[in-house]
Amino acid sequence: MHGSARPRKRLLRVEINGRWREDAVLDGALLVDYLRETVRLTSVKTGCDGGECGACTVLLDGVAVSACLTLAVRCEGRSVETVEGLLKQGRPSRLQQAFHERLGAQCGFCTPGMIMASEALLRRNPHPSDDEIRAALAGNLCRCTGYVKIIESVKAASEASS
Amino acid sequence: MSVELADVVVAQPATIEEAVALAADAGARYVAGGTDLIVNMRRGVTTAARLVDISGIAALKTIVVEANGAVIGGGVEIARLVGHDGIARLFPVIAQAAVTIAAPAHRNVATVGGNLCLDTRCIYYNQSEWWRRSNGWCLKNRGDTCHVAPRGERCHAAFSGDLAPALLALDAEVEIAGSAGRRRMPLRDLYVEDGKAHLTLAPGELLVCVRVTRKMDAFAYEKIRQRGAIDYPLAGVAVGLTMRERRIADLRIGLTGLASYPFLAAGLENLVGREVDDDLLKEIDRAVQRQAQPMRTTLAAAHYRRLAAAAVARRLVARLAA
Ligand SMILES: Cc1cc2nc3c(=O)[nH]c(=O)nc-3n(C[C@H](O)[C@H](O)[C@H](O)COP(=O)(O)OP(=O)(O)OC[C@H]3O[C@@H](n4cnc5c(N)ncnc54)[C@H](O)[C@@H]3O)c2cc1C
Ligand code: SF4
Ligand code: FES
Ligand code: FES
Repeated sequence: MHGSARPRKRLLRVEINGRWREDAVLDGALLVDYLRETVRLTSVKTGCDGGECGACTVLLDGVAVSACLTLAVRCEGRSVETVEGLLKQGRPSRLQQAFHERLGAQCGFCTPGMIMASEALLRRNPHPSDDEIRAALAGNLCRCTGYVKIIESVKAASEASS
Repeated sequence: MSVELADVVVAQPATIEEAVALAADAGARYVAGGTDLIVNMRRGVTTAARLVDISGIAALKTIVVEANGAVIGGGVEIARLVGHDGIARLFPVIAQAAVTIAAPAHRNVATVGGNLCLDTRCIYYNQSEWWRRSNGWCLKNRGDTCHVAPRGERCHAAFSGDLAPALLALDAEVEIAGSAGRRRMPLRDLYVEDGKAHLTLAPGELLVCVRVTRKMDAFAYEKIRQRGAIDYPLAGVAVGLTMRERRIADLRIGLTGLASYPFLAAGLENLVGREVDDDLLKEIDRAVQRQAQPMRTTLAAAHYRRLAAAAVARRLVARLAA
């Protein structure tokens, strides 16, 4: 086997919710574990054993990705956003507020992923149709709401941002 | 973190040549979007000592649209295919297939190369380690018996990528880079029907790009799956059709999810010159049913997948001919 094939750590420099930080991470560390265990951003959930549920959805350079399928080292020099980053001076964003008011969250487990997937949608398409909302959230599973309230929440947030 | 990833070394080459050199060692594997590979590593069905991350190689990410064709880089993300103007104009069937792959967050990182080199799938294989262990493993991984065909000698796991049938119907060609240099071959030669080793790539070979030329008039792709999103095809069908004076001049049917490799239905040249009427559609139905012989690798019945493939093929041919 090749001489360098030993587990190794490297320094990862990454912007998380607007702040740069550096951490030593294993080459094989997954973004979801790095965010939860090192950065302590526990909004990022693990709902499945890989790619099936969307609960780990975060934004990487503004694009929705599954943190459970992303190697942390791939985020070098890039920006990662989680739902914690949506707060402005401690206040929820319009989208978070809409999920709260329209009962888009019940147990809340899927909610951070739902909100980040919705955030990615609203940034590129501020006034999506119901179908566009459904398509953008197609990879995010919810066991509680039946989705209707989630779609209403995203819709409400998009209407509030006229 | 899962055990399989704890010891891995990740290399991040910037060029195709570096990547090929890094992948030459035993135990090395490419990772592109990781939407198939990382899942399989977490479940312990795939192992690697070194991952060669090709997502930073700019040369793999270009889409070049020519007058009557296109060259699509192996590292092009599926989401980019979906939204690409030139692809939408010349090869809408590629975008049609691409948009049915997984879910948006996967498509943002999942690539063309990863989709074509996707591992094969089976209900006895795409499971957690404890699930497989308690079932005595299986022929594809660690075990010696296939639970789908226990008396057989080989694995029947199904190739379930959505781009391949569309690209086969388009007569696509792939370019491969390896330590011995570059080679080109028809996409169909990338595959053999063996669920345990369905790719003809030598270890360390990299899919650089796919070339397509527009030779036929109309194309369509449709897949049958459990839910309207996320799910792999239980049966996926791409049809290419050219009509001349209301008669078939050329017909291709690409199939996925039904065998250990994606393939073109054989014998369709016999239908050239025919009108698309009920008799012809019945013949297509029978031909697809005869050639698509899925095994019990999904929760849905194999019989259903065979009938569904035939029904979709018939429907697409009728629609394209109308
Ligand atoms: C929940 C879920 C649902 C899914 N649904 C679908 C679906 O409906 N349809 C579908 O087709 N797929 C589906 N997928 C699988 C996957 O997302 C796609 O097939 C994707 O295109 C794979 O690309 P990737 O870049 O992520 O591949 P990776 O995971 O990075 O790689 C897959 C394999 O290809 C090899 N590879 C990657 N690039 C190259 C290259 N350029 N040259 C040589 N080898 C290479 C890797 O070594 C690995 O063995 C799904 C995945 C998940 C998690
Ligand atoms: S077809 Fe048989 S050998 Fe192949 S993965 Fe399924 S059970 Fe295992
Ligand atoms: S944890 Fe389920 S998709 Fe990432
Ligand atoms: S609110 Fe409970 S899973 Fe969605």
